[in-house]
Formats: sequence, structure tokens, C-alpha cells
Amino acid sequence: MTQLLLNVVDWSRAQFALTACYHWLFVPLTLGLGVIIAIMETMYYRTRDEKWLATTKLWMTLFGVNFAIGVATGIILEFEFGTNWSNYSWFVGDIFGAPLAIEGILAFFMESTFIAVMFFGWKKVSPRFHLAATWLTAIGASLSALWILVANAWMQYPTGVTFNPETMRNEMTSFLDVALSPMAINKFFHTVLSAWVLGSAFVIGVSAWMLLRGRNRDHCLRSLKIATWVGIAGIVLTMVTGHSSAVTVAEHQPMKLAAMEGLYDGGRDQAIVAFGVLNPEKTVDNDENPYLFDFSIPYGLSVLAANDPHSFVPGINDLIAGRSINEAGDTVSTISYAERIERGKLAKEALAQYGEALQSENTARQAELRKIIDDNFNHLGYGYLERPEEAVPNVPLTFYSFHFMVAAGGYLLVFLFVVLAMLYKPQWFKRLRKLEKWGYYLAILTVPITYLCSMSGWIVAEVGRQPWTIQDLMPNKVAISDLSVGYVQTTFWIFAVVFTALLIADISIICRQIAKKSKLDLEKDHD
Amino acid sequence: MHNETAIQNMTETATRGSLFRRVWNFYIEGFKAMTVGKTLWAIIFIKLFIFFVVIKMLFFPNFLASQASSDEGKAQYVRHQLTNNK
Repeated sequence: MTQLLLNVVDWSRAQFALTACYHWLFVPLTLGLGVIIAIMETMYYRTRDEKWLATTKLWMTLFGVNFAIGVATGIILEFEFGTNWSNYSWFVGDIFGAPLAIEGILAFFMESTFIAVMFFGWKKVSPRFHLAATWLTAIGASLSALWILVANAWMQYPTGVTFNPETMRNEMTSFLDVALSPMAINKFFHTVLSAWVLGSAFVIGVSAWMLLRGRNRDHCLRSLKIATWVGIAGIVLTMVTGHSSAVTVAEHQPMKLAAMEGLYDGGRDQAIVAFGVLNPEKTVDNDENPYLFDFSIPYGLSVLAANDPHSFVPGINDLIAGRSINEAGDTVSTISYAERIERGKLAKEALAQYGEALQSENTARQAELRKIIDDNFNHLGYGYLERPEEAVPNVPLTFYSFHFMVAAGGYLLVFLFVVLAMLYKPQWFKRLRKLEKWGYYLAILTVPITYLCSMSGWIVAEVGRQPWTIQDLMPNKVAISDLSVGYVQTTFWIFAVVFTALLIADISIICRQIAKKSKLDLEKDHD
Repeated sequence: MHNETAIQNMTETATRGSLFRRVWNFYIEGFKAMTVGKTLWAIIFIKLFIFFVVIKMLFFPNFLASQASSDEGKAQYVRHQLTNNK
């Protein structure tokens, strides 16, 4: 029975991960390319130079293809909430519904209105109104993302709510606390700004392909300049928000931070692993070295976590044992995971008895139980765990995803500055002319690298918070519906087929459009 | 006075009508002028049909609604799920 239950959990998680990953292939390109074409059209509006119009229209076509194929792929995730994650959907109450409803309204009215003007309105509305529509499409897409990310951030850091044991739902007490939590703000900016980098890499990669074939050089150079500046702004700000995200994670999800670093025993003046290979033999139960080898930067993790090189960063074992070190350097106790499990079981038991008190209409007993639930609610999720080790996420996947994301982000920073230098100071690269072709290949290769970087960020965010559907309150195994494995497997494979078909359609239509448009003389023929 | 109001109403109706007509024509002409867009719209409609008619109706019912019809019943079901057999 336990094995069966685990299988349903795993398949439900796999299905959600599959659909979320496919959805995320379309979204960042919409967010990033939207900003880039809005800037290109602004250049056209200011200069009234037809060449800028041609450049804008080419990228707008590719934006349209990606938008059309990607639209509504996110709705599948909401289907899954209702069917596969029904306990979670009920428990989370309006907290999830309100942001998603706002997202739906924004997505429908703002994007669908202005995107129509963007594509149909070239000769029918004034250039100023058209430009406004293009910007509003880009802004609308980002605002849609905001509300999804607010909902996701609440799952990582549940705030602004109170739990009602009678209705078994969380009820929102402060919309502002939910919408403006540090987790939500950081997540929004980190995610949207990283999408600018992806949009930039896409434009650079496609332009490089066209340059490799000697097509539309001037158009490509114009595109490269805009894309590179957007990319540089994006990657620098992504790194800044990445740091503030790490501070928030250290505060609210310290286990995730420990898993990101493969840190089992933390300390003050904690170094960060710049590069390393984990020891596969290492577990929380043994004294093996966590790394087969590592190259670490002194004080790095303490700075990343708290902006203080001497701050204490707890490792996995510290968190389980409830061990911390204060500013004076003394070891102090915080709440251990064993205690959390005990308190979680108290809350769980009180919740069961509250149901009986409700049925017998015993209000005095309800008040007693309510107090127990309130006092221990923050640990409720631990009541479903048998051992503290169950609260440790998959360390290798979190560690390697985090380090790949950081390494790829570093590469993108260097790559974008090199492209910028090549555009504005080509004389610096005269001796490297023979390598020009390889530079174009590298630019094309950078497109999938950026996608992998973006996806790795989501793996860190979502795998690193396991086993929780809602941090500390609800583990996956109680969030799922009571469905059979076969049922979830069936829908998993249906989605795998449908989404793969959509991805193939997206890539093939985009490639055909690039090939077709690149053969035109874009300085003359752009309609 | 009545005539003036009637004329004003007719003008407003005509203006509204022409606005709707303009918006209608805007979309119709836009769709007619599309090239790659026609393929995309075909993909969008097929996709929406698969999502909302095939997948949603056949495979993704509202699970809780199949367990209980009232909010009280759903709360009771979830309480049982969260406090038993897990």
C-alpha cells in the first residue's frame, strides 16, 4: 500500500514537472522577446527608419509563433490541481485562487486585446498607439507572470493567511502580505529578468545563424545591438535578484540552501562551493566527506545567505538537530526536526478530533483543539513524516542544478559582454577573424544553454523545497488525490505526446519562418 | 426638447455601432490578411479542443466534487484524507 502511494506521488509529481517544464519552454521567450521587439519598435517610432520597422516585424513574427503555440499550455497545470492535487487545492483555499483569477483576467483582456493591435494594426492605428500596444503586450505578459509567481511564492513561504479547521482551508488575512512577500518579489524579478536574457540569447543565436549564411547583415547587427543590451541588463539584474533570492531562501527555506550547496555541517564564515563533485556515499547518517573534491570560495556562502562574511549558515545536519551558532560563537539550540514531527503530530491529531467536536457541536472542545492547532500549525506538515531525514530534498539534483545555473549565468555574462565588444569595438577582434565562424556556432549553442540555465533555476526552486507542496505545512504525499497509479500514468503519457507535438510544431514553424524571412532582403521587403 | 434627445440618442447609437463595426472589421481584415497566422490559429483551435474537450472532460474531472457535493462534505473529506491513512 505504501509503495502504491509512493508511486502515485511520484507519478503526480512527474506529470506536474513535465507540464510545467514544457510550459516554461514557451513563457520566457514570450517575456524576453516581448521587451526586445518593444524596444525595436520604439527605435522605429523615434527614427521613422523603415529598416527598424523591418527588424521589428521579423522578430514580431517569431514572437507570434511562440505565443500562439504556447498559449493555454499553463491551463493544464490548473486541471492537475483540481484532479491530481485536490487535497492541496482545497487546503490552499482562496490564496491560490485570487492570484490565478487576476492572472486570467490580465492574460485574457490585456494580452489578447493588445496583441491583436500589435499584429493587425500596423496600417490601421497610429504609430504611437501601435507602439503603446506593443509595450502593453510585453508588460501584460510580465504582469501575468507576476500573479503565477505570487502563487508559487506562497507555496514556498506561506504568509498572510490563517487556517480555519472548520472549513479545512487557509483564509487570506492580508492580500498585500501574499502579493508583496519578499519571496514573491524576488521570484518575480529573478524570473522575468532571466527571461530577458533568454530572449536576448534567442535573437543573438538566430542573428548568428543568418550571419553565418551571409544574409541581411545590417538587420542582424541592428538586432544584435538591441538584444545584447537587453541581455546585459537582464543578466546583471538576474544576478542581483539571485543574491536577494538566496537571502530570502536562507531565511525561510534553509534546508533548500543547504541542499543547493551540499552542506551537511554548517558553520560561521562558511565557504561556498564554486565547483565540486558530490560524494555519492554521503548521507545524513554517516561521516563521509560530502565532496569527492571541491573548489570553494572562503566566506562565500555566509555572504550569499546574509550579506555577512561571518554569519552562521546551517547545514542539513544542523537543521535536523536544531543546532545554531549565535553571534558570540556559542552553539545554541533551535527547534529540531524530531520536535517538529512531534508538534506536527499534535496538530494533526487535534485536527482529527476537531472534526468529531464539530459533529457533536461541542464548542468548548472545539476551542481547546483550536488552540492546539494554532500553536502547532507551522509544523503541521512534519506530522506526516516518520523520520527527520524525510524532510531532506534530493541533494545531488539540487546541488548540480544550482551550480549549473550559476556557471551558465557566469558564462552568459561573459558571452554578452564579448558580443557587445565585438559590436562596438570590432577592431579589437581583427586577429580573430578566422574564428568568426566558430563565434557564430557558439552564439547558436548559447540558445539551448540559456534554456537549460533557466530550467535549472526552476529545478533548484522546486526540487530544493521537497518534500513540501506547501513549505512545512503540507507534504506531497497528503496533497495528492486518492487516484490510481494507472490513471495518473495515462494522463502523463497523453501530456507527453501532446506537448511534444506542440514543441515540434513550435520549433519547426519558427525555423521555417527564420529560413524564409532570412532569404528576403529585409531592408526592402518586410510585409 | 424630445426631438433633440432622440437625435442625440441616435447619434450615440450610431457612434457605438460604428465603433463595434470598426472593431469587428479590424479583426476580420486582420485574420484575412494573415499568412502564417492561419496555420497558427488552426494549431490553437486544435490545441484548445484537445485541452478543454478531450483532456479536461475525459481525464480531469473536479475530483472533490465527485466525493462530496457540499462545502461541508468536501471539508470533511479533506479532513479525513489529512488525518487518516497517511
